[in-house]
Amino acid sequence: MLDMTPKEIFERKALRINPAKTCQPIGAMYAALGIHGCLPHSHGSQGCCAYHRSHLTRHYKEPVMASTSSFTEGASVFGGGANLRQALKTIFQVYDPEIVAVHTTCLSETIGDDIPSLVKKAREDGIVPDGKYVIHANTPSYVGSHVTGFSNMTTAMVKYFSEKNGGRTSAINIVPGYVEPSDMAEIKRLATEMGLEAILFPDTSGVLDAPQTARFSMYPKGGVKVDALKKTGSSRATLSLGKFASEAAGALLEQMCDVPYQCLDLPIGISSTDRFIEALIEFSGQTPPATITDERGRVVDVMTDMLQYFHGKKVALFGDPDHVISMTEFLVDLGMKPIHVVTGTPGKYFEHRIKKILDGKVKHANVRAFSDLFMLHQWIKNEPVDLLIGNTYGKYIARAEDIPFVRFGFPILDRIGHSYFPTTGYRGALRLLEKMLDAILDRLDRDAPESSFELVM
Amino acid sequence: MNVNILEERTGQVYEKGQGPFSLKCNLDSLPGAVSQRACVFCGSRVVLYPITDALHLVHGPIGCAVYTWDIRGALSSNRELHRLSFSTDLRERDVIFGGEEKLEASLLELIERYMPSAAFVYSTCIVGIIGDDIQAVCKRVSQKTGVKCIPVQSEGFKGNKRAGYEAACNALIELVGSGPIDGISPFSINILGDFNLAGEIWIIKDYYRRMGIEVVSTITGDGKVKEIQRAHGARLNVVQCSGATLSLAKMMEERYGIPYIRVSYFGVDDMADALYRVADHFKDKRIMENTRSLIKEELDSLYPALKEFRKDLKGKRAAIYVGGAFKAFSLIKAFRLLGMKVVLVGSQTGTREDYEELEAVTDPGTVIVDDSNPLELSEFLKEKDVDIFVGGVKERPIAYKLGIGFCDHNHERKEALEGFIGMYNFAKEVHATVMSPVWRFVPRKEMRS
Ligand code: SF4
Ligand code: SF4
Repeated sequence: MLDMTPKEIFERKALRINPAKTCQPIGAMYAALGIHGCLPHSHGSQGCCAYHRSHLTRHYKEPVMASTSSFTEGASVFGGGANLRQALKTIFQVYDPEIVAVHTTCLSETIGDDIPSLVKKAREDGIVPDGKYVIHANTPSYVGSHVTGFSNMTTAMVKYFSEKNGGRTSAINIVPGYVEPSDMAEIKRLATEMGLEAILFPDTSGVLDAPQTARFSMYPKGGVKVDALKKTGSSRATLSLGKFASEAAGALLEQMCDVPYQCLDLPIGISSTDRFIEALIEFSGQTPPATITDERGRVVDVMTDMLQYFHGKKVALFGDPDHVISMTEFLVDLGMKPIHVVTGTPGKYFEHRIKKILDGKVKHANVRAFSDLFMLHQWIKNEPVDLLIGNTYGKYIARAEDIPFVRFGFPILDRIGHSYFPTTGYRGALRLLEKMLDAILDRLDRDAPESSFELVM
Repeated sequence: MNVNILEERTGQVYEKGQGPFSLKCNLDSLPGAVSQRACVFCGSRVVLYPITDALHLVHGPIGCAVYTWDIRGALSSNRELHRLSFSTDLRERDVIFGGEEKLEASLLELIERYMPSAAFVYSTCIVGIIGDDIQAVCKRVSQKTGVKCIPVQSEGFKGNKRAGYEAACNALIELVGSGPIDGISPFSINILGDFNLAGEIWIIKDYYRRMGIEVVSTITGDGKVKEIQRAHGARLNVVQCSGATLSLAKMMEERYGIPYIRVSYFGVDDMADALYRVADHFKDKRIMENTRSLIKEELDSLYPALKEFRKDLKGKRAAIYVGGAFKAFSLIKAFRLLGMKVVLVGSQTGTREDYEELEAVTDPGTVIVDDSNPLELSEFLKEKDVDIFVGGVKERPIAYKLGIGFCDHNHERKEALEGFIGMYNFAKEVHATVMSPVWRFVPRKEMRS
C-alpha cells in the first residue's frame, strides 16, 4: 500500500499525506465527555459530528453521545443561530443533560457565529432551564489539532465554572491531558495514594470505560462534577500534565483565581512519573507510601531485566506531542535511540523539547512537529529502525517496512482493551515495557532460523 | 408503543397495525438530535473511495480527510492508491485568502508523485463557504497534466448522505464514455452500487462469469478508471443497494440508452432473483441454463449448512437500523430464512417508496423508523426484547451495553455478506453473536423485568 513512498525526501509546500493529527472538535468532544452529565454539542453540519462520534467509538468501543446543530444551506448563509436555539430546545427536552458543551466546527467558525451571545439569548428566552449549564469552546480545525481542541474545551471548563471565593482548600487540581480513561483513573489514584485530595478535570474514567449493566445510559456514572469544577478556583494549586493539552487550563485558573499552576510532562515512563510524584510530595509534605515506592521499584527491576534487549535499539515514534515528549524521554532512559520523532500538531516547543531530551544521547535525529506519516516513512526508509511506536495508523509503515510495532496514543482503531490499561504512572511504565519487549522478541522468534530459535530468552 | 419519542419525530416513527401507514422521511435532521446521520461529503466519499487507481484529494481542513481514511475495507485487486489519505490541510490563512493555490499545488504534486489514472477533488463545507473554485482548478490541472481531475461538489451542509451519492454520480458520469468500447460482448453488464467490502464484488463477478456474462466495469468496488471509462459499452447496468449509484444508472440510460435493473445480492432469494433477472434480460438459452445450474449448485451446498443455524435461531428477534432502506428488505428476508422475526426496522436515508415497501413486507407490530437517535433506538430494543441488532459502527456499543447481540452490516463488516456464501457467513455471524455464552453474564433478565 505504501509502495509508492519514495526514499528521496522532497519538501512539500501544501499537502498532507497520511496525517498524524486530526481536527479540534473531536478533542473538544472527548474532553466534554469527561464532565459528569454532559452532552457535547457540535455546532456545525451533522457530518462532522457523525465522524467524531464514529472515530471515538472505534477507539473506545463505547457509545459516544453528542448532538449536532445540523446545519443546512440556510445556516451557512444566515448563520447558525436558529439552529443552535432549536438544538438547545431539543437537547433539554429530550436528552436532559446537566451541561451542554458546545464546540464549533470549521463551518460555524468561518461563518462566525457568536456562541456566547446566542446562548445568552436562549437562556433569557427560557430555552435553557434554570440550573442547567451551557458552556462553549471555539475549535476551528484550521488551527492546531485535536489536542488543541481538547485544551480549548478543558480551558472552557475553567472559564465557565472556576470560582474565586477567597478561600483556599487543601485540594489540588490536576489537568490530566488527552489520555485514556484508565490513565485518568491512574493519575487520580497516585494523587490519592499520596494523601492528596485531587480534582481531576476532565475525567473520562467511568464514562468511556463504563461497565456492562444491560442498560444504556446517556450519562454514565463517571466524569468530574460541576461542583468540583467550581471548587477548582479555591484549590491550592494546579498540576497541568502536558504542555499542549493541559497548560492553558492551568494558566487561566491562575489568571482568573490566583491558583498557581505548574506544568509537568505527562507522567509516561519513569523520569516524568518521578517528577509527577515529586510534585505531589511537595504538595502533601509526605513521603510516598510503600505502594508507590514498590511500584517504582518494580519498574526499575524490570528495566534492568530488559536492558540487554533494549540498549541501542533504534526507534521511530509519532503521536500527540505531550505523549511523544514523555515517551522519547522514557526511551532514552532505557538506552534506546529515538531517531525519528514526529507529531502532526504544530508547535515549535515540541521540536525544541525533543532535541533537548536527545541532546548528547542521540547524535542524529529527525524531529518535526506539524508533520505527517509520509514524512516519517521516508525518514525510516533512509534510516531503518528496530521498533515503531504510535497510533493505529502506524501499521501501514510497520507492514511496509516490516518493523515491530507498539500501539500507543490516540487513536487505536484496530485493537480492543487499550483504554482499560494505563500507560501513565509506574504501572503504565511497566505495561509499556512489556509491550515493547514483546514486540521485539516476537519478531526475534519469528525470524530466528531453527538452529537459533531458543526456548529461554 | 411505550417509548418516549421526540414530539417533532412522531411522524418519523410508525408501528405496523397502528392506523394507516404514513411516515415522514427525507427531512433534515432536527437540530439538537443525536442523529446517526452523516453529510454530503461522507456520501460522496463512500461511493467514490473504492476506485483504487484514482487519487482522492480532500480539499478542506484535516479532519474531513482523517475520518475517511481507509475506514472501509474496500478491497483492491491491483493498486491501492485509494487507501492513502491526501488533504490540503487548510489553515487559517487559507480560510482568509482562499485555498485554490494550495489545492492546485497539491494536485500537481500528487499527480507527479503517484501517476493516478484520474483524480477526484472533494470539496468540504468550508470550501463551499470560502468559495474556492475547484472546478476551475481541476480544469487547469487536467490540461496541464493530461490526468482527468474531477471536482466532487460535496460540501457537507448541502444535505445528507443521499445528496452525496448524487454528487458522486455527477463525478462518475464524467469518466463514463471516454474509453474504447470495441470487443465488448453483447452479454455484458456493469456492476453498480457494490463497494467490494470484504471482497464481495469478486464473489458476484465470479457468478456472472460462470453465467457467461462479461463484466465491463465494477462501480465502484475494486474500481478502475479505465474500466469505468468503458462502462457505456455494457448492455445492462445492474444496480445494487439503496441507490447510491442509481442516478448514475439513470444518467447512463438517458445518455447511452443502457437499461438498468435494481437488485440485491444479499440473502438467498434476492441473490437468486438478481441472477435470474440478469439472465432474463439477455434472453439467451445458454446463459439461462448456466444460471440455473449455478444457483442449484450453490443452494445445494448452502441449505444443509444453514439448517444447523436455523435450529438455534428460530423465533429469535431482530432489529435493523441501516444507512439505506433497500438493504433492509434483504435483511428482513434473510432473517425470515433463518426463522427469525424482525421487530424493528429503520434507516438513515430511506425514501417514501422505501418505507411503503417496508411496511408491506413486515409483520404487524413491527416498528418502522426514519433517521433515529440512540435514545429512541435503545428504548425500542428494550421494549421489543431484541436478540440481535444490525447496524453500523455507532450502534454496536449501544447494543452491547444493552446486552444484545450485534452484526455490522455497514462498512465495518469484515466478512463477505453478499452472494450465497454471504448468506452462510451472515447466518454464522448472527448465530455467533446471538448464541454467545457471554450474554449469560449480563444482568439482563433482572433489568428487563
Ligand atoms: S469540517 Fe472541520 S470540524 Fe468538521 S470534520 Fe472537517 S476538519 Fe473536522
Ligand atoms: S465539514 Fe462538512 S464535509 Fe467535512 S465532515 Fe463536516 S459536514 Fe462533512
